[in-house]
Amino acid sequence: MSLRVLVPIKRVVDYAVKIRVANGKVDTANAKHSMNPFDEIAIEEAVRLKDKKHAKEVIALSIGAAKSQDVLRTALAMGADRAVHVEIKDGEEVQPLQVAKLIKAVAEKEQPNLVLLGKQAIDDDSSQTGQMLAGLLNWPQATFASKVEVQGEKVTVTREVDGGLETVSAPLPAVITADLRLNEPRFATLPNIMKAKKKPLQKLTPEELKVSIQQTIETIKVEEPAKRVGGAKVADVDELISKLRAEGVI
Amino acid sequence: MRSALLRCSRRRASALIPNTVVPAAHVARALPVRRMATATAEVPQNKKTVPFTADRYPNLERDSRYKQLDAEDVAYFKSVISSPAGVITADNPEELDSFNEDWMRKYKGRSTLVLRPKTSAEVSAILRYCNEKSLAVVPQGGNTGLVGGSIPVHDEIVLSTQLLNQIRHFDEVSGILTAEAGCVLEVLDNWLAEKGYMMPLDLGAKGSCQIGGNVAANAGGLRLLRYGSLHGTVLSLEVVLADGTIMELGKPLRKDNTGYDLKQLFIGSEGTLGLITSVSILTPRRSKAVNVAVLGVESFEAVQETFKRAKGDLSEILSAFEFFDRQSFNLVLRHVQGAREPFDTQTPFYVLIETSGSNKDHDDEKLATFLESVLGDEVVADGVLAQDSTQAAAFWRMREGIPEACQTEGGNYKYDLSVPVPQLYSIVEKMREKLGSGGQYKEDGSGPVKNIIGFGHMGDGNLHLNITTSGYSEQLDKAIEPYVYEIVEENAGSISAEHGLGLMKAPYLSYSKSNEMIESMKRIKNVFDPKGILNPYKYFPTSK
Repeated sequence: MSLRVLVPIKRVVDYAVKIRVANGKVDTANAKHSMNPFDEIAIEEAVRLKDKKHAKEVIALSIGAAKSQDVLRTALAMGADRAVHVEIKDGEEVQPLQVAKLIKAVAEKEQPNLVLLGKQAIDDDSSQTGQMLAGLLNWPQATFASKVEVQGEKVTVTREVDGGLETVSAPLPAVITADLRLNEPRFATLPNIMKAKKKPLQKLTPEELKVSIQQTIETIKVEEPAKRVGGAKVADVDELISKLRAEGVI
Repeated sequence: MRSALLRCSRRRASALIPNTVVPAAHVARALPVRRMATATAEVPQNKKTVPFTADRYPNLERDSRYKQLDAEDVAYFKSVISSPAGVITADNPEELDSFNEDWMRKYKGRSTLVLRPKTSAEVSAILRYCNEKSLAVVPQGGNTGLVGGSIPVHDEIVLSTQLLNQIRHFDEVSGILTAEAGCVLEVLDNWLAEKGYMMPLDLGAKGSCQIGGNVAANAGGLRLLRYGSLHGTVLSLEVVLADGTIMELGKPLRKDNTGYDLKQLFIGSEGTLGLITSVSILTPRRSKAVNVAVLGVESFEAVQETFKRAKGDLSEILSAFEFFDRQSFNLVLRHVQGAREPFDTQTPFYVLIETSGSNKDHDDEKLATFLESVLGDEVVADGVLAQDSTQAAAFWRMREGIPEACQTEGGNYKYDLSVPVPQLYSIVEKMREKLGSGGQYKEDGSGPVKNIIGFGHMGDGNLHLNITTSGYSEQLDKAIEPYVYEIVEENAGSISAEHGLGLMKAPYLSYSKSNEMIESMKRIKNVFDPKGILNPYKYFPTSK
């Protein structure tokens, strides 16, 4: 069976950038952005499925502002065949539930056998989209994958769980979310970056997909983590105990 | 921090190198070290002992002009140094060792005293006393030098700048930073990052090296192509002369045409004229958009063509142009954790290009045009462009991991040479021929010379020639030197581009400087340090 794989990817503030809060919001205006690292792993896995002839087509999908096309081009340079961009107007935000609904709408159009996406985005760390998508599509899901094997119409996934590994299998179509150790993504080579410029990129809007992106979660406050306060040295155990007592810890 | 971690792994790695033959005279000294080593499980029993420099170079006799240190001297120093940790004596042999040995484990002194003053006034009091008593002194910064310049040869007192580490002033309009000598380069860079600025220099040892040492060694590094050398960016210095005089060399101004520019003499003086206690340096704005690409290139001619086109197409946004050969990269693949082939094609040369600018879209477009042109015209065979900061860091590791990988191989002869760009790589080829025909370097790796590799700052005509060997020996020393300096002289190059002279290159100074210049240098030294107490046995060829 030759699969069609849909890989939703998100443009996020770069992993190496220090997050700052300005005016009650995460300051994204001047920060470097790049593809969510877990989504990069998902793209890599999809392209490997294609290299192994399990998949015939890899479609990258991104939902976000116009700049999201940057990460779609990266996905195309890594080996995705074509891209779909669902454009969200600047200043508007989408939350996991709306994202899952939009992916579902695209999946209904594209009819993939497999949706492969990162286990979470490193900006909001929600880790909800994949699970909600599986629920909306009523497909089986295998989350936190560290190994993916396709056999005919079935997929076997090794999952990273607390205290070890769990192996599950599911019939296709299915939703798989990628964990860190699934693979090491390739670099985008120059010939492939150039080829990527000529690959098709389709633009859609939430209206065209008939999905409302009205937010259901209200953000009350955004603040930076408390600054670490310097420690103090104690001379002996007695002093330690008396300090802990004074702090009311013991 | 990143580099600090690297330093640790480097040290750990070198501890794993099998024991080399230790001359009989050292066995007795080596024994206590071994006994200590066996006490902890992690340290291998056969930890390599570093031979004393004075034993390796018997011609460097201790100069009897210098007084031997005694208890009275130590008591005086304790009275003028405020920090309780500011005086390290033989009571603390392990800590003393870390100042007596260099990180390459190539040089070792017999100093019994390390002084760590906290202020220029303390430095002044120390030097005034040393000058009066004729006590020899070796200034030391982060101890990241590559030519043994900051390691005592005999029993010189180590004057460490470690605790002189305050940032004195920063002007957010002009970007002029005044920092004390012991400030670690990376700490300064991170501090400036918060204000949107950056240090104009960057080098592999940034996590350990100090700004005072950088200036004293006239360090070059990865950003020199864009921001120029320290001779341009350093605006003024505070120094303490051998007799204890504290002197301001200039003011932190961009323009100052009043008299001799004495600070220039101290940049690259390697502690022979005075101790630099504070540096005022012009820092550029930090670039908002940075791109990094690694390209595979089939020949050194094509590397040069790539460089020419990069200058043309990228012009003001080009911030680094580094090259390394396949042999260098093989070492990185073998020794640097996480390193992997960037693309399927294997090429004899690799080029790392960095662009820095203020507008990402503008830079991306320029870079795309350049990359399409070099790839389209088959100047480069293949390449990768970093898609995020993690990849950019991985690309830099390919280049910055080379010195560390060389160190892991065993012996490592390092040469930092300035050569006109067209002849740059011929030095590596000639060295391979010489050691190949001499029988030291064999294709199958059975000779004592394992790898002869070339990499460096292409944009500055700076070649790092590294020869990795199974160990150090006099025969190898003689097979390599002075031949390497002869071919550099033939090609109108310099025997030291950015590492300085120190102990290693001092005897070969005449390959780069005329006798008249060396005589003038000696006269200048005499003006600032008439008793010759500062960093003796180095920098100048010993007069026979």
